[in-house]
Amino acid sequence: MVEVRGVRKSYAGVEVLKSVDLTVNRSEVTCLIGPSGSGKSTLLRCVNHLEKHDAGELRVDGELVGYEARNGKLYELSDKRVCEKRSHIGMVFQRFNLFQHLTVLDNVTIGQTQVKNIAREKARAKARELLARVGLDAKEKHYPAQLSGGQQQRVAIARALAMEPKLMLFDEPTSALDPELVGEVLDVMKDLAKSGMTMIVVTHEMGFAREVADTVYFLDGGIIEEFGDPHKVLTAPSSERLKSFLSKVL
Amino acid sequence: MDTNGDVAVKVVPVRHVGRWFGVAGVALFVAMLIHTTLFKVASSTKTCVTTNGVKTCHGVLVWRFQWDIVGQYFTSSEVLHGLLITVELTVISMVIGIVLGMIVAVMRMSPNRVLAGVAWTYTWFFRGTPVLVQITFWAFIGALYPHISIGIPFTHIAFVHITNVNVTFTTLEAVIVGLGLNEGAYMSEIARAGLISVDEGQIEAATSLGMTRRQSLRLIVIPQAMRVIIPPTGNEVISMLKTSSLASTVAVLELFGAVSNISAQNFKIMPLLIVASIWYLIVTTVLSIGQFYLERYFARGALRSPPPTPIQRLKRDARGIASKFRTKRGVSGAGA
Repeated sequence: MVEVRGVRKSYAGVEVLKSVDLTVNRSEVTCLIGPSGSGKSTLLRCVNHLEKHDAGELRVDGELVGYEARNGKLYELSDKRVCEKRSHIGMVFQRFNLFQHLTVLDNVTIGQTQVKNIAREKARAKARELLARVGLDAKEKHYPAQLSGGQQQRVAIARALAMEPKLMLFDEPTSALDPELVGEVLDVMKDLAKSGMTMIVVTHEMGFAREVADTVYFLDGGIIEEFGDPHKVLTAPSSERLKSFLSKVL
Repeated sequence: MDTNGDVAVKVVPVRHVGRWFGVAGVALFVAMLIHTTLFKVASSTKTCVTTNGVKTCHGVLVWRFQWDIVGQYFTSSEVLHGLLITVELTVISMVIGIVLGMIVAVMRMSPNRVLAGVAWTYTWFFRGTPVLVQITFWAFIGALYPHISIGIPFTHIAFVHITNVNVTFTTLEAVIVGLGLNEGAYMSEIARAGLISVDEGQIEAATSLGMTRRQSLRLIVIPQAMRVIIPPTGNEVISMLKTSSLASTVAVLELFGAVSNISAQNFKIMPLLIVASIWYLIVTTVLSIGQFYLERYFARGALRSPPPTPIQRLKRDARGIASKFRTKRGVSGAGA
């Protein structure tokens, strides 16, 4: 589903990703863990081309991200094509980023009507169904500012799901939440994983990674230090760096 | 607080002595102001009465501010026509200014250096020269370009040809162009402030849904930027209302031009200035009310509960006072 080969990325001369390789199979949950500044979020943002990678090859569903290979050359895709491809990848942010001026229902509807050109009533019906799925059907008339962090993040998940994505990216979805609200968001994500969604999750929730992930990748300083089965990686780490990281977060 | 634990005690509030002196001073000043504006004084014209063979003369009592003359000209056709032109100038120039400002602000934020540079230069030029100079320039543009043709540049192919610019392009239109272009420069900075104020995460979220840059601007960024853009734009509209009086310098008879025309004939300068001022104040008041409701509309979602309208606030106050009376009557038995 997602194939990352030798991807590099630098910001103003600082190399944030140093030749990263990663493979995500369909219907699998992959967790990216690591200290802050290790490049986890950057890698995630490269997958839906929110950031342009400098080198290497990135494929989603077999197709190159942001480029097209023709006649032995790489052609940069037009904004329109990039947007079209991006609409098949859902993304959930650390700070929710719900549209503040729209109600909960409109937040979940706008992508469907504006990007996928789905009729308003049909889009609303789908939005209501998804809000019920994340347990927020009673809040459809509220504005984001009137909801708790956990509720906002569940709406954000519903908003991403409304586009019927084939892949979901989560960028530290519970890091901005009060401890007692983390559970409600993780529960929604667990349900989603069970339903067979392909997910890449940047997280500090080791419990979630151990329970739900099929593969865990540990990034440090822009390289993948260790990866594999979560039970093995999280309980019997082989690298010193991962050992010291786990001793701090667990 | 009127209890200390379970024991009822009398609480003595702090006395603000200095504040009371201040209030007394201000009240005196206000009283003097009202007196001088509303009361009559003896004028130099005398009337004489003879009672019991004794002739006594005293000045005729008139309003210092000549309110009778104010009333006489307040709704005169020249003044009302001037008012109409003032409103027309303000509205059209502001619409041009807002549209231009939005375009220039978006250009200024473009990743393309040429677009951003042109936008910057436009703002630099039109903010950097006096609006009076710009209005005069446009009013006399015919001196620079006696003929204007619209067609394919650097060829002789023309679709529209204006032979006598001085006649076709009226001074009213010149003033509108001048005020609109000048306003565009100021509005572009206001619009840019609004666009910058929207959190980057909003754009990222819109982008991740597959929206194009244009869609995220139109559907997500601009509606939220409006909250920041409206208050200073309200300022600009009110400022424009008064700046439009500069049109009188190129013989456009808007409100100020109309009253100065009248006072040039009858020398009643002060009352006619008052006529104009009252009209400017009335329009400003109407605009401020409009701004309040516009702000309230665009604040949706930004606040947990929208601020009450003045009418709602009045109703709430009335209810509050009414309930106070009710509890006072019921208090003797209940002990609330």
